[in-house]
Amino acid sequence: MLRFALLRTLSAIPTLLLVIVVAFIMVRAAPGGPFADQRVLPPDTASNLAAAYHLDESLPQQFWRYLSGLARGDLGPSYHYRDYSVAELIGNAVPVSLLLGALSMLLALLVGGAAGIAAALRRNTWFDRGITALAMTGISVPVFVVAPLFVLIFAVWLQWLPASWSGGNGLQRLVLPVIALALPQVAYIARLVRGSLIEVLSSDYIRTARAQGLATTSILRYHALKPALMPLVSYLGPAAAAVLTGAVVVESIFGIPGLGQLFLQSGLNRDYTLVLGIVIFYAVLVILLNLLVDLAYGVLDPRIRER
Amino acid sequence: MFATPYIKVHDIKVQVVDSRGGRLGRRSIAKPLSLLVVALFAIAILAACNAQPEFGDYLQRGLAADPESLDPHKSRSTEAGDVLRDLGEGLMGYSPDGELEPRAALRYALSDDGLEYTFWLRPEARWSNGATVTAEDFVFAFRRLVSPETAAFYAHSVADIENAADILAGTKPVQALAVSAAEEFVLRIRLANPTPYFVALLSHPSTFPVYAPGAVEHGDAFARPGRFVTNGAYRLVGWQLGATIDLQRNEHYWNNAATAIDRVRYHVIPEPTVELNRYRAGELHVTSNVPSEAFQRLRKERPDELRVAQRLSVYYYGLNLTRPPFRDNSALRQALSMAIDREVLAGQIVGRGEAPAYSWVPPGVNNYEPRRFAYAELSMEERRTAARDAFAQAGYSKDNPLAVEIRYNTSDANQRIALAVQSMWRDTLGVQTTLVNEEFQVLLSNVQAMQVTEVFRLSWSGDYNDAHAFLQVLQSNASSNLAGYRSEKFDNLMQRAAEQTDAERRRRYLEDAEQVLLADHPVIPLYFFVSKHLVSPEVSGWGDNVLDYHYSQHLSLNAAN
Repeated sequence: MLRFALLRTLSAIPTLLLVIVVAFIMVRAAPGGPFADQRVLPPDTASNLAAAYHLDESLPQQFWRYLSGLARGDLGPSYHYRDYSVAELIGNAVPVSLLLGALSMLLALLVGGAAGIAAALRRNTWFDRGITALAMTGISVPVFVVAPLFVLIFAVWLQWLPASWSGGNGLQRLVLPVIALALPQVAYIARLVRGSLIEVLSSDYIRTARAQGLATTSILRYHALKPALMPLVSYLGPAAAAVLTGAVVVESIFGIPGLGQLFLQSGLNRDYTLVLGIVIFYAVLVILLNLLVDLAYGVLDPRIRER
Repeated sequence: MFATPYIKVHDIKVQVVDSRGGRLGRRSIAKPLSLLVVALFAIAILAACNAQPEFGDYLQRGLAADPESLDPHKSRSTEAGDVLRDLGEGLMGYSPDGELEPRAALRYALSDDGLEYTFWLRPEARWSNGATVTAEDFVFAFRRLVSPETAAFYAHSVADIENAADILAGTKPVQALAVSAAEEFVLRIRLANPTPYFVALLSHPSTFPVYAPGAVEHGDAFARPGRFVTNGAYRLVGWQLGATIDLQRNEHYWNNAATAIDRVRYHVIPEPTVELNRYRAGELHVTSNVPSEAFQRLRKERPDELRVAQRLSVYYYGLNLTRPPFRDNSALRQALSMAIDREVLAGQIVGRGEAPAYSWVPPGVNNYEPRRFAYAELSMEERRTAARDAFAQAGYSKDNPLAVEIRYNTSDANQRIALAVQSMWRDTLGVQTTLVNEEFQVLLSNVQAMQVTEVFRLSWSGDYNDAHAFLQVLQSNASSNLAGYRSEKFDNLMQRAAEQTDAERRRRYLEDAEQVLLADHPVIPLYFFVSKHLVSPEVSGWGDNVLDYHYSQHLSLNAAN
């Protein structure tokens, strides 16, 4: 297992390098620059700024400077937030994003999983159809509709919860964004678990277990759930990445100082180093999550572990 | 006896499962799942405990974006300016109604040749750590502002100080800057040429004093909570990027007794609709903006809370004068400008109290009467007729129609305006207009390159209350002259105004310069922006002003109605 994990990590290095090169080229190919403004800078000021940030060097030189900084673990200074380094900015945003993402995934797993199992056990009843319909709604109604609606109902009309991150504290301010972010995932997971469980439940060995008189709960607990969760596990990696990277809409609606907002702004500001820093962070995250999923397969499915 | 066969059958079953390829043991999946749940909840609760319960009884203000920096020399955005005006204080400042007045200075005098300013500082002025604010602090700040190493955005705004331009260009050392401390509380600034708006510049955050020991100790990152020593009514106690900026009363401020509000929190909210929701949820006292789609409704529902005021800012269409069809064709430029019904545009398309623009310099500028387009007094029907004549004179007609392109940065408001202009041009002149929307940075780089643009949307805001703030933009050598306008006549008048020490004569030169500009039509001003805020009934002391400056120290909170 350890060897497997190590090999996978090593094989990720070329991928990461490629990501850095492509991101560097793309962000530099975009028109504009970190100091562009309709209040155009006078030539002296512009060249002083370019010199201060080494933007007057050739692109290969700048790339080399960036890579050697990276090798020392230095992501460089932010070009837009001139008092901060990229590492500081990412370091401030990551805990917030992780918390939001982890809670949403947890909620999605609990609610989505439970709903999926319940629906699968009561297949083709009104309950099942209700869950399926709700899930379809959850998937198709976009978060930029749901989130403002939540704010309107729970913050403006009922005044139960804060409308924003900085409008409350503790768990309170997490409730609406976590639910908004989890909703599409709840729906997706419910459908996934339902489908997969129905398939497993109709397989021969479950029928045999039933024939032996095992109670439904025991069948689920010892025989059906594990194989039924396999598709869910393979979905979790990309889903976690999607929740972390795709939180930008929720973050902007609730004013959450997370990574998604920072990423969006860095692109609009042409904050070259910050864009690259976040791309690298996301790339590492996705690689790690995929590794975790592969390891989780092994835990759930011995056939993979033994190979 | 009875139980044995049952167990056997069950055992066989397990083996069948095994033979399908796995030791599907009797390990329950419940345990790892519940561990995961417990772990995640633990994280959530820990994180929740970390959050400080802070919301309460202080001023909550909306802010449209994070300041890029709170270092007076590394910031340039409106938002940075708003926060910095609470934290720091220049030699000059503004009253709630927008009147320029001495602040860190008690008074000032100008020499007869209009070149040397003497400022007498307030001896009682203190930094937030209790240290005295001296003339040396200003000298340090001005030198840092123009130093090429600092690479300050606003360095050029003080280029009129003697030797400043040379220092910026790297040909003279910063010590050559003609800003000196004559005595502990007397500051002298010598200019290279008379600059009547110079005192107004001294209210801009880029000219605030900087606490030298702090800048030396912390290097470039001194403007952060816990480090930033400020001389204004407040000090910086917290800044969570993307969320909030927290200020607390500066007990050492010379006018601390007049400050009513102890704590101020700026909430960073880029989206106006989100900001409105938060205002309605009672989380904000003051918003930084009002979404256009809610404007009419708010005007009915909350007329007393909606504050709309003229602002020194113009929304315009620039014309690329370096390429056809607009190069050397002022008749065409005028025809297009005349064919636009600005009343409809400002009143119905934008519709938030904006004023139609018939001049380049907005109304409300001190000691100045904006000139107007020659056709401003005509009725719209007469203008259309005149526009058709000018269009024909420019060499175009229904048989030889003009095809032109409007570029604007992607936004609903910009699109609505472009669509309206497109149909006005088509109906009156038969112009075929293509609309191109681009991300702001893409638009800017195209406009600056002057290679593909024809008509482009931009805006301009005055940094100081003087006609020069607008007119200088279109001087031949101005870096922000994105139309590529070159007029000797205009430049000459601007130069004469610059050399003039008599306010009345200077004013006339500037007004004449605008007249030349308007006749040439290098730009088509469409409307003048207004500032729009929702101000809670709990807030008193709010004053509307053309610069849209609202110092927190002028506000106070009374009990909710």
